[in-house]
Amino acid sequence: MKVYLVLPLVAFALAACEREDREYRANPMTAESQEKIALVPLSAGPSGPTEYRSGLGKEYEENAFHISQGQRFYTWFNCNGCHANGGGGSGPALMDDRWIYGGQIENIVQTIREGRPNGMPSFRRKIPDDQIWEIAAYVRSMGRNVPKAAAPGRKDDMSPGPAEQRRPPGQVIDGGQVPPSAQMPQ
Amino acid sequence: MKRLVPLLLIVTLALAGCQGWQSALDAHGPAAHTLANMFWIFVAVLGTVWFLTMAALLLALRRRRPVDADPLVTDPGTEKRMTMTISVAIGLTLVTVITFTGLSYAAQKVLYSHKDGALTLLVTGQQWWWEVTYEDEQPSRVFTTANEIHIPVGEPVLIKLEASDVIHSFWIPNLTGKMDAIPGRQNQIQIQADRPGLYRGQCAEFCGLQHAHMGIVVIADTREDFERWRDHQVSSAIAPNDPERQRGMEIFLSRPCIMCHQVRGTDAGGKVAPDLTHVGSRRTIGAGTLTTTRGNIAAWIVDPHGVKPGVNMPTIQLEPDEVQPLASYLEGLK
Amino acid sequence: MTQAITAHERDAVPEVTRLATGERGGAPGITSEADRPPDPQELRDDQVDGPELTARLAKTWGTEKGLIGALSTVDHKVIGRRFIVTAIIFLFLGGLSAVVMRLQLAQPENNLVGPDLYNQLFTMHGVTMMFLFGVPIGEAFAVYLVPLMVGTRNIGFPRLNAFSYYVYLFGGLMIWVAFMRNIGPDVGWFAYVPLSGPEFSPGKRADVWAQMITFTEVSGIAIAISTVVTAFKLRAPGMTLDRIPLFVWAELVNSFVIIFALPAVVTASAFLLMDRLIGTHIFNPAEGGDALLYQHLFWFFGHPEVYIIFLPATGWVSAIVVTFARRQVFGYIPLVLSLIATGFLSFGLWVHHMFTTGLPQLGASFFTASSMLIAIPNGIQIFCWIATLWDGRPVFRAPLLFVIGFFFIFVAGGLSGIMLASVPLDTQVHDTFFVVAHFHYVLIGGNVFPLIGAIYYWFPKFTGRMMSERLGKWHFGLAFIGFNVAFFPMHITGLMGMPRRVYTYMPEMGWANLNMISTIGAVLFFGSFLLFLHNIVASARRGALAGPNPWNAGTLEWAAASPPMPQNFDRIPVVTNREPLWAHRDTLPVVAGLSVENREQIVSTVTAGRADLRETTPEPSIWPFLTAIATTILFIGSMFTPWAFVWGTPPLALALIGWFWPKPSTEDEK
Repeated sequence: MKVYLVLPLVAFALAACEREDREYRANPMTAESQEKIALVPLSAGPSGPTEYRSGLGKEYEENAFHISQGQRFYTWFNCNGCHANGGGGSGPALMDDRWIYGGQIENIVQTIREGRPNGMPSFRRKIPDDQIWEIAAYVRSMGRNVPKAAAPGRKDDMSPGPAEQRRPPGQVIDGGQVPPSAQMPQ
Repeated sequence: MKRLVPLLLIVTLALAGCQGWQSALDAHGPAAHTLANMFWIFVAVLGTVWFLTMAALLLALRRRRPVDADPLVTDPGTEKRMTMTISVAIGLTLVTVITFTGLSYAAQKVLYSHKDGALTLLVTGQQWWWEVTYEDEQPSRVFTTANEIHIPVGEPVLIKLEASDVIHSFWIPNLTGKMDAIPGRQNQIQIQADRPGLYRGQCAEFCGLQHAHMGIVVIADTREDFERWRDHQVSSAIAPNDPERQRGMEIFLSRPCIMCHQVRGTDAGGKVAPDLTHVGSRRTIGAGTLTTTRGNIAAWIVDPHGVKPGVNMPTIQLEPDEVQPLASYLEGLK
Repeated sequence: MTQAITAHERDAVPEVTRLATGERGGAPGITSEADRPPDPQELRDDQVDGPELTARLAKTWGTEKGLIGALSTVDHKVIGRRFIVTAIIFLFLGGLSAVVMRLQLAQPENNLVGPDLYNQLFTMHGVTMMFLFGVPIGEAFAVYLVPLMVGTRNIGFPRLNAFSYYVYLFGGLMIWVAFMRNIGPDVGWFAYVPLSGPEFSPGKRADVWAQMITFTEVSGIAIAISTVVTAFKLRAPGMTLDRIPLFVWAELVNSFVIIFALPAVVTASAFLLMDRLIGTHIFNPAEGGDALLYQHLFWFFGHPEVYIIFLPATGWVSAIVVTFARRQVFGYIPLVLSLIATGFLSFGLWVHHMFTTGLPQLGASFFTASSMLIAIPNGIQIFCWIATLWDGRPVFRAPLLFVIGFFFIFVAGGLSGIMLASVPLDTQVHDTFFVVAHFHYVLIGGNVFPLIGAIYYWFPKFTGRMMSERLGKWHFGLAFIGFNVAFFPMHITGLMGMPRRVYTYMPEMGWANLNMISTIGAVLFFGSFLLFLHNIVASARRGALAGPNPWNAGTLEWAAASPPMPQNFDRIPVVTNREPLWAHRDTLPVVAGLSVENREQIVSTVTAGRADLRETTPEPSIWPFLTAIATTILFIGSMFTPWAFVWGTPPLALALIGWFWPKPSTEDEK
């Protein structure tokens, strides 16, 4: 009788925690991940737009290691040149709820990969696919759209504000405004 | 007598340990000589102490007293003799300890009295490689390289140590002892080599996943060779002239490489990974992990995590026919 | 002090002394509960005798059957037994992780485990050996043996003692379950910032490490306090300060070192948790913090830690040397003083772990002097033990063999420590395999070998059965050879430039052969422990019956039955000599007058050991266990959210209120 109680406990103990997995060897054979994501829930016809998610997003945005790598690349690849520490500058803010081009991780991956009008360059072939996902996961953590236990703590830098893990959980509201600083000169 | 056999074995092994391109006992610099000599003095004295203590123990284990002796009855004469012996032994220990402290302090003075040297380097420990900046009064002669230090023979070289992420420790055993590189601080250490040669070192403070693969090579040259090397390093990369390497350069400049790496004289201006301007002239890639050959460069680009799991170099997508030109280009960056 | 006791003195003590009944000379008007004359109705141990006394006392002091009874017990022997078994299980787990590491290092560029798992393994090895084995095993022996050796019926603060065991167990379970779930810490047992800080250790791995520290330190300090109180206040009448067994002295000094050292590491790990969880900048240089501060805090604990592991072992060695040399110890007073000196000096050495961090040179050299100076008290101890053997009649049984192994190994480790104490030499060998070799010589030689000796020695007391002597000798031979084959070559690999904590190395470094030898030795060494395990299990079932005093030893624990009855002694002995059972071979003088129906103990004066008060000690209670559960919830919760301190405190407060709820004492009920 007791054995039956103990077994699930042991199984639980032995199951690896995915949140802590350190997967650093991306599969070199796969090309970039294909996701079909709609920006708006509108489409012709009675059904909504067709979407396809590979599930990669969950893998990245719930993994503390990937988010932390993304945090590092965010600085290394000079994202803060335009977006600062998420508060925005010449580029839109990343820590608020408003997402011009969609706030799901798949949208953000697409934004980084393809670029967007008014100044966001395309990083296709400039940043490897897995690192794009990691950066996107970190961007998601800026508005605390990732699990708290996976969100990064403070960095060893001058601190611009509370660390991602200390921010209140955010939400995603599609359809933000392009900040005036990022608009094309009229 | 039985103990003698393993002992001999051990001594042979110990002597074998004196050799090596990363051995503390194979001294090739004045500081390392001081340390190695001091080490052998300590070994001799402490070894004697160990043998004497063990001899006393073995003698003590012989039975003397009758079987039925009362364990509480002691002989005042024996007690007195034992007290005297122990007092003498403790006195000798004290003398040894004081002598060693003095010796140690004297050696410390020698080790840390930095002489004026012609050359000052800034070495920054990063996960998991070393950035080396040769300082110079003329800004145009300052340059940056990675994982390889060239020094002129017989001259003291001052090394300033910094760390950009976590704590590392800079250690070239053949030349001198180690010194930590700590974020937010700057430490200094001086190295000097007696004769030309290649001395390997390795990070000695645990710094994460790839602490095991964070090597650095010190190459001691004659002053002329060193100057020639330095003049070359100051210059920008030479543009390739054969078509394969030109193609390699195009691939290099259109791929993720430039996000992190710098090649002076091209558009590649990344600052977070080793400077590749003269990577082909360096002995190793991947911080002492692979020797610099075209094949190794290709292997490193195709699967860095197979060589050094967890390294910050990403796996990038290349067409099969792009690997060779890219490797040729990098190898040609002499 | 070391004069023989004369036959006349032995006879001078009456066989049974009666405790005074209430006419204690206190200041008039100031009376306390304890001064009250005992209830004449109550059955006292001078009114019954023989088997009836034993049976009645066993009922009063016993542990109830069933799960609740087992979890409520406050019997120091039951708790101590669990403690020892748990610590030894952790020793095996730690050893297993070491074997995996050694197999990985056997060959250059081996692929048995990758860097991520390797880093977790060596962290788990260090953490387990230091915090879940090294510190607790010494304390566990104190829990079991100190009350027996000082001749009392239970440890001081028995409920606190029970609580500390559960906290320790839950902390150890937490980190091993975390490791199984791939949340094992991977930052080394020292967890230096910034590597263990929020930026470079994502996830919960470093938090698990830091919180495990809190668990074991709460537990460690609690037992240390219980031990100090037991050794100071619960000694049998007549056990003056200079009649306290050396083992108890060692545990006493050890407890003080624990009380003063552990708060430093709790501070360090709490600061680390704050940096990681609530974004403080205590160790962040960019915001005015300091990464080196962490190292100072850690090593201010970390060096005394080494002595926390070593000091109990000196107690085991003293006990074994005296019994098997068949001679009272030579130089009791110098031995006690050198224990105390070691305790004090251990707080002045911590900087020798930081010689390569670029500290001011003159300051560093002071720490060279103090580090070398510790050779003096340790030298005195070694010489006094050798002198005892010299003038004794050594009986070569397994415990003594392991103590001889201790001498060989520990002295070698201590001497290589002198090299590490020197700043310049340390810059070459620091953080290399030389240091690995050194501290395994010191810790395995200085703790594990005496420990195994101690288990062979006290096993009959714990279980009532002898361990197999033949297996014991095989075990010793295998362990001694295996150990030296494993660790001696590491001195050389270190000098050849192999740093610590590397998961692999390249073939051209020339370290392959030495590493292979080390691995073979490590496997042998681990094999010797399997033999040991077999010996324990087989002997516990089928060993020869031991009787109360199989070794014919002199200290009080051998006056109790094997295994001891719940009350330890039917009547509390009166101590007239440092080795009471040698001074009174036939009958031990005792005092009588304690209650048979209540858990009554004698509280004695600190220095003279005069019976001072009669005090009831706590009954069994489930509250310590519940408090430990509440503490665990609070500690684990606080790794995830600071709010755990808000919602985690009320259950803890409730459990503590239940624990401390004033009850009318059983005396008053009658």
